[in-house]
Amino acid sequence: MISQFFVLSQRGDNIVFRDYRGDVQKASAEIFFRKVKFWKEDGNEEAPPVFNLDGVNYFHVKVVGLLFVATTRNNLSPSLALELLQRIARVIKDYLGLLNEESLRKNFVLVYELLDEVVDFGYVQTTSTEVLKSYIFNEPIVLDASRLPPLGPASLFMQGNKRMPGTAVTKSVVAHEPGGRKREEIFVDIIEKISVTFSSSGYILTSEIDGTIQMKSYLTGNPEIKLALNDDLSIGRGSISNYSGSSGAGAVILDDCNFHESVHLDSFDVDRTLTLVPSDGEFPVMNYRITQEFKPPFIINTLIEEAGSLKAEVVLKIRAEFPSSITANTILVEMPLPSCTTRVNFELESGIVGQTADFKESNKKLEWNMKKIVGGSEHTLRAKLNFSQEWHGNITKEAGPVSMTFTIPMYNPSRLQVKYLQIAKKTKAYNPYRWVRYVTQANSYVARI
Amino acid sequence: MVKLVNFSFTFSGTRTSEIGDGINYRNANPRFGSIRKGEVSDLKMQLRGLAGSRAPGTDDTKRDLFKKVISYMTIGIDVSSVFSEMVMCSATSDIVLKKMCYLYVGNYAKHNPELALLTINFLQRDCKDEDPMIRGLALRSLCSLGVANLVEYLVGPLNNGLKDGNSYVRMVAAVGVLKLYHISASTCMDADFPALLKHLMLKDKDAQVVANCLTSLQEIWSLEASTSEEAAREREALLSKPIIYYFLNRIKEFSEWAQCIVLELVAKYVISDSDEIFDIMNLLEDRLQHANGAVVLATIKLFLHLTLSMNDVHQQVYERIKAPLLTLVSSGSPEQSYAVLSHLHLLVMRAPFIFSSDYKHFYCQYNEPFYVKKLKLEMLTAVANESNTYEIVTELCEYVANVDIPMARESIRAVGKIALQQYDVNAIVDRLLQFLEMEKEHVTAETLVLVKDLLRKYPQWSHDCIAVVGNISSKNIQEPKAKAALIWMLGEYAQDMQDAPYILESLVENWDEEHSAEVRLHLLTAVIKCFFRRAPETQKALGAALAAGVADFHQDVHDRALFYYRLLQHDVSVAERIVNPPKQAVSVFADTQNSEIKDRIFDEFNSLSVVYQKPSYMFTDKEYRGPFAFSEELGNLSIGTESADNIVAAQRVEENDKDLLLGSSEKEESPGFGNNGSAYNAPSYDGSTTGASQAQLDLVSLDQLSTVNTTSSSLAIDELLGLGMSAGPSLAPLPSAALKLSAKAGLDPNNFQQKWRQLAVSISQEISIDPRGVAAMTTPQALSRHMQSHSIHCIASGGQAPNFKFFFVAQKADEPSAYLVECIINSSSCKVQFKIKADDQNTSQTFSEMFQSALSSFGLA
Repeated sequence: MISQFFVLSQRGDNIVFRDYRGDVQKASAEIFFRKVKFWKEDGNEEAPPVFNLDGVNYFHVKVVGLLFVATTRNNLSPSLALELLQRIARVIKDYLGLLNEESLRKNFVLVYELLDEVVDFGYVQTTSTEVLKSYIFNEPIVLDASRLPPLGPASLFMQGNKRMPGTAVTKSVVAHEPGGRKREEIFVDIIEKISVTFSSSGYILTSEIDGTIQMKSYLTGNPEIKLALNDDLSIGRGSISNYSGSSGAGAVILDDCNFHESVHLDSFDVDRTLTLVPSDGEFPVMNYRITQEFKPPFIINTLIEEAGSLKAEVVLKIRAEFPSSITANTILVEMPLPSCTTRVNFELESGIVGQTADFKESNKKLEWNMKKIVGGSEHTLRAKLNFSQEWHGNITKEAGPVSMTFTIPMYNPSRLQVKYLQIAKKTKAYNPYRWVRYVTQANSYVARI
Repeated sequence: MVKLVNFSFTFSGTRTSEIGDGINYRNANPRFGSIRKGEVSDLKMQLRGLAGSRAPGTDDTKRDLFKKVISYMTIGIDVSSVFSEMVMCSATSDIVLKKMCYLYVGNYAKHNPELALLTINFLQRDCKDEDPMIRGLALRSLCSLGVANLVEYLVGPLNNGLKDGNSYVRMVAAVGVLKLYHISASTCMDADFPALLKHLMLKDKDAQVVANCLTSLQEIWSLEASTSEEAAREREALLSKPIIYYFLNRIKEFSEWAQCIVLELVAKYVISDSDEIFDIMNLLEDRLQHANGAVVLATIKLFLHLTLSMNDVHQQVYERIKAPLLTLVSSGSPEQSYAVLSHLHLLVMRAPFIFSSDYKHFYCQYNEPFYVKKLKLEMLTAVANESNTYEIVTELCEYVANVDIPMARESIRAVGKIALQQYDVNAIVDRLLQFLEMEKEHVTAETLVLVKDLLRKYPQWSHDCIAVVGNISSKNIQEPKAKAALIWMLGEYAQDMQDAPYILESLVENWDEEHSAEVRLHLLTAVIKCFFRRAPETQKALGAALAAGVADFHQDVHDRALFYYRLLQHDVSVAERIVNPPKQAVSVFADTQNSEIKDRIFDEFNSLSVVYQKPSYMFTDKEYRGPFAFSEELGNLSIGTESADNIVAAQRVEENDKDLLLGSSEKEESPGFGNNGSAYNAPSYDGSTTGASQAQLDLVSLDQLSTVNTTSSSLAIDELLGLGMSAGPSLAPLPSAALKLSAKAGLDPNNFQQKWRQLAVSISQEISIDPRGVAAMTTPQALSRHMQSHSIHCIASGGQAPNFKFFFVAQKADEPSAYLVECIINSSSCKVQFKIKADDQNTSQTFSEMFQSALSSFGLA
């Protein structure tokens, strides 16, 4: 069981602090914050999510810049504690619509009310927003989302596609809208995080897709839902050693997957449909993992030429391998440069807008930002490096690898699809909004040089 | 449930933000304290004014004020002075107000017991409210007051709560009983609450009520078990087949969190046959697909422990859990992945061959935190074998070039470790030597240390290595460990390295600038080794080194220099034999963690032990080690119901464990705790030093004395019996007809340990044995061979004259029912103390007789 729960701001202030068992000192929040802030152990400057200090175990997760912390003196399951912290954050988000420091401070009484029901004397009672609804009486004070800068995954859907009601995902599951009645709608998001490592000669060394089908339901009366996936979906690849396996004729092969507890798999083996009664709030219906080869959305080409003993030129080329109907956004390309680099002159393509390039002196990194890349296009950056001392040996050993982060809405490399989303109808007129959205994000997208 | 209140917030936006701002400026304003004090008394006045008011809108104003009070409380301002006003204002039907008031009261009651009394009235009244929500909330607050002299007010409401028609109230009451127990154990026991909980646990329709009853009972009974035999029995009863099956059959009704608790409970259940194992595993198979990592890990723990004694099934479990674990690692937040990855790491370390084809999953991603990368590197090192080494080392070399220095260092160490564990190191040595050519200081330093270790194991590579190492200027090496490694190589390969004497000489010249004593020690030894081979060139350096060494302020350096000096004075050839004897290549470098510790961590799967890579006793205070911790269990057994001196008992526990573990360990392995540090009050223990083991033996005899004192009356009979036994061998052979023992042991040390923990003692006795038998017992091995001929197998043994300790196991010939024996023999008093635990309690008496007859025949043949 846990002993205390607290949320700290980035500066280390208590936003909420709940002591469940009273066997850990009250000053634990301060002790914790000091330890995390000045963490230094075996060359490691980032505190691990779990550590022990004078017999007290501290668990923490970072959520939107806030620290969610639990303490205990017991030898607890770390997965349990960390999962719980993450769930508490999710429940709070369900209630507040938008989770950040300001909304938490405005609603701390509601948060206390939630915490009282989620954990009793250190033991978890429930983390289901649905169940909690009947115990909670405070009304959330909802922040005006429109005046806030977009944050986190919620922002994924805001750009690029005007039809998306981007603010909906930041809507509280309990708050009433100004118009009175709640809008009947359900969101199903297929989010895929991809990791690719290219060798210096451009071959794919490793690739993986970590996917989630995320659901957020605002339906009243909890109707049953059927979610149909690709007919040709198969699970399990036996030994995963054959990375080079052919990509098959369009079949989607998952290495493995897991499901939310509300999901019934009775007909999954027959027709690949998931049946569930979605509870209120946001939750992952299914997590899956794919190591089957897929077409990477971007090809990265790097060319380094030495130009005399104190100079070199780097040419970076990014080619978008997806259809032109799709646009990637918030692209960042990074590349560490040799430590003796003093100055870099950039040459962007002429006439292009929404691109910047920068040399970060402090960590000797090249950063290339692009607002968007349309499918099929290619972009080039030329950088002229100046060194402070004469260069010996191989420059590639000191520079690189090139890494990339990006978001591509309405695109998923796995080709996993929600074929249909069926909602059990109460009346003929009942026709709630259904949003099925796809998005791909870079997790670790790296090209060695 | 219908919401009781529907209201809109009336206060303006600016007022709420005031509260927020107050929190923000905590540190910014130095006059903060005094300002707040004024505000608190202001609040007090306002609250007082509202106390009796029935005016419309009062509740909204109250809410506003309560909110302010709680926000102060959160940031650590003492608002206990408004206690009575808060209580006065609590007379309301507004549930939000009530909740805030409960929160406030719960926070301050403990330290203001006299004020807490004020709340009893309204809480008791609320416990009878017609709304179950209010009943539940009030009961929870009542139990959370934590004031010892108010417990009498708790009993009635708790009793009603447990019988309440509403499950929410029962849920709260079940935890309430535990809270009461922590305030006043006697009140809780006197009111017979545990019995009520047990009834509820087995009958209630609501799964959360059942789960809360279980957690409360587990805590209460394990705390009681140290003083009450009945509680110990009740605790054992939780692990009985009917209860376990009751929970297993209902498992899907429970919330995911309660499922974790049930799974933990089942993991402690002792299975009687293999059909049962498969039934349970089939029932729980789908839990492995759960999105909650805690459920999956609890299931995995259960599966692993169930199949420990079934080798091939155990391996199948490993194969089965691979994919779910990898999926958990890649879904979820980085923190959650880390927790799962730590467990995967443990499994990989235990069975690397099972994961050898999955090595690509352990490649590091550039954006992962260092603590994740470090785990992955260790896994990559572990799974490296003939078929994948090339690829793994290639990948590791990429990390060595990384700009991230700690990562580069770890990667070099990983390459080095792989080199040390492989047979064909040809290619790896080349890679390592290439690192030296990268001319990065940290890379060179780290590599030198590895090359040194490599040469100690594979002296045949010296030619290639020396050629490259010879090119490195010692001036470029700053890190002590690397410098020491380089100096060691200069001394060891003085013959092959042409410049060796001169490099050493220049190092000696800079003696005073060398800050590390380790380096100076190495330098002394290297110079003298060099001298033995190339005396004329080194003589001068040696003289200088010895002079500098003798004058050194560091004690070890001084002593070593003086020692070398006198050795040389005595006889140069003797000195050479001592300082530089012919060496054998090191075959295996000692593991930093011995196998006992690793097994213990494995036993504690799905706990912090896995993340910290330390068994729980190293980082947890005893009272928090969990209801079923190994040591605690043994502790109870050795004390029995008579309360012996607590301290002795506790130490005895440690000693017990270790003896049990010691015997099963590989003898070649160093038994020290290595790097695990004694910071956590770990008992310092080193099996190789006689001093330590002597101290333990003293403990054993002490403990025996105390047992003798307290149980003298029953012992007298035991002694008589024992004497009769050894005197009349005619008694002995009888029972063997009734009980046939298997020639095979049937249990390995791991299973033995687990079983020993789970079973209760069925027989505990002290007997005397024939002195002739004792005389034959020159070594523990003699007795274990003898017992083996009677189909009683020694699992572990230890000690030296006059105290020997043994763990034996025997198994019935026709069924997997085992007998476990702990046996302490004192060879000077000819006394034997033994405890028997058995799967089948009915036959333990028969087995005990067989055991005694076997023991008493020792040495008589």
